[in-house]
Amino acid sequence: MHLSFKRLRRILGALTLTFSSLHAAQAADVQVAVAANFTAPMQEIAALFAKETGHKADLSFGSTGKFYAQISNGAPFEVFLSADDKTAARLVSDGRAVGTTLMPYALGSLVLWSPTEGMVDGQGKVLATGTFAHLAVANPKLAPYGVAAMQALHKLGLADKLQSKIVMGENIGQTYQFVHTGNAQLGFVALSQVMKDGEISKGSAWRVPAEMHAPIRQDAVMLVRGKDNPAAAALMQYLKSDAARAVIQSYGYGIIE
Amino acid sequence: MPFNETDLRAIGLTLRLAGTTMALLLVLCTPLAWWLARTRSRWRGPLSAVVALPLVLPPTVIGFYLLVALGPNGPLGQLTTALGLGTLPFTFWGLVLGSLIYSLPFAVQPLQGAFEAIGERPLEAAATLGAGPLDRFFTVALPLARGGFVTAAILSFAHTVGEFGVVLMLGGNIPGVTRVISVQIYDHVEALEYTQAHWLAGGMVVFSFIVLLGLNLTRRARLLP
Repeated sequence: MHLSFKRLRRILGALTLTFSSLHAAQAADVQVAVAANFTAPMQEIAALFAKETGHKADLSFGSTGKFYAQISNGAPFEVFLSADDKTAARLVSDGRAVGTTLMPYALGSLVLWSPTEGMVDGQGKVLATGTFAHLAVANPKLAPYGVAAMQALHKLGLADKLQSKIVMGENIGQTYQFVHTGNAQLGFVALSQVMKDGEISKGSAWRVPAEMHAPIRQDAVMLVRGKDNPAAAALMQYLKSDAARAVIQSYGYGIIE
Repeated sequence: MPFNETDLRAIGLTLRLAGTTMALLLVLCTPLAWWLARTRSRWRGPLSAVVALPLVLPPTVIGFYLLVALGPNGPLGQLTTALGLGTLPFTFWGLVLGSLIYSLPFAVQPLQGAFEAIGERPLEAAATLGAGPLDRFFTVALPLARGGFVTAAILSFAHTVGEFGVVLMLGGNIPGVTRVISVQIYDHVEALEYTQAHWLAGGMVVFSFIVLLGLNLTRRARLLP
């Protein structure tokens, strides 16, 4: 085998780094499964988390249902940020998550949104006029935002009338995509998707009042795989910090004490 | 009954979509494959590559570009709107268009192979006997290439049944209109309805196996005298 001195030095350097990080033990990686609607805020939180604690959070984004199936089949996640309050609890009762760590981290807000200025009025009256071909809603069978949207439509007495105009996204991300590309003129999306720095950045929107639907409570839980990982515990703790909460709120989520 | 009503609607829709796609592909791809098999044009290479693109592109790419292009702000969407057809995403015919693109190589390539295998001789012989170009095509080339048609029909039908990514991007999951079997399976899995998912998913495995077995048997039958 032929090893140049330069290469050898590089390998030695890498080894030393590995050992020293093992030695330090405080700085570790944590594998996190994150509900798709929480993508943007979690990226910000993970950056802050790394800066403050030295731990690194590796984020995977996807739908809550898929994560449930993957975690049940041995996926190596250590912390799970669910899009609802059922799936995390179910993982606890399955024995795959640590029940004492279960906590709400965000309260989702629903918004009726269109990229077109002036399309959606401040009271959502546009829904009753029916002057649109397609209304995008997340699939209520799969997505908590879809459940909330259908509840709001029922409350308005428009669910039956609009049934033929509803197109369903598999998750809130795809629902947003339908509206964003203009294929659906408007749709019920997560406030976090259209909010930037505390305000709705584009188009027109109606923030659906919270009393029109059951709360969209999003729970986080530590998975059994993360039990002995200090970084997992640190992340659960960090989600409750003021810094993390400020990020969460800046995306239009509420906080439950 | 292992299937509920929405499962049955998904199965019916999938068969209708695959059947429509297969029929249209056989009609559209016959002249295309014939041209590709016989031309010496310098456009042959680029066009063959375009035909094969759906083999290597992720379905999400096809679905995403179709969603953008067919939308109200896209060029194709403006065309269909001008023609009075409205926009195609979230409709059955939108899925047919997506499936035509997605399954195109599975129809063109067997047909092209079959036409190429005929060679010049039978056609020249027919020409010396006084058959015109159309006559040669319909009475000599088509019957000789029938094996290619069987393969193209089976493969394009089966490949459309197995479609997922394009439909997911373009469909909007409307029962009876765009919710095909693969999307229904995805929904069941996401909703943790694993028993329902197993029935449909297992059914797809059996169906696909039978299709490929049948394909193999028809090929063998053709090799025998």
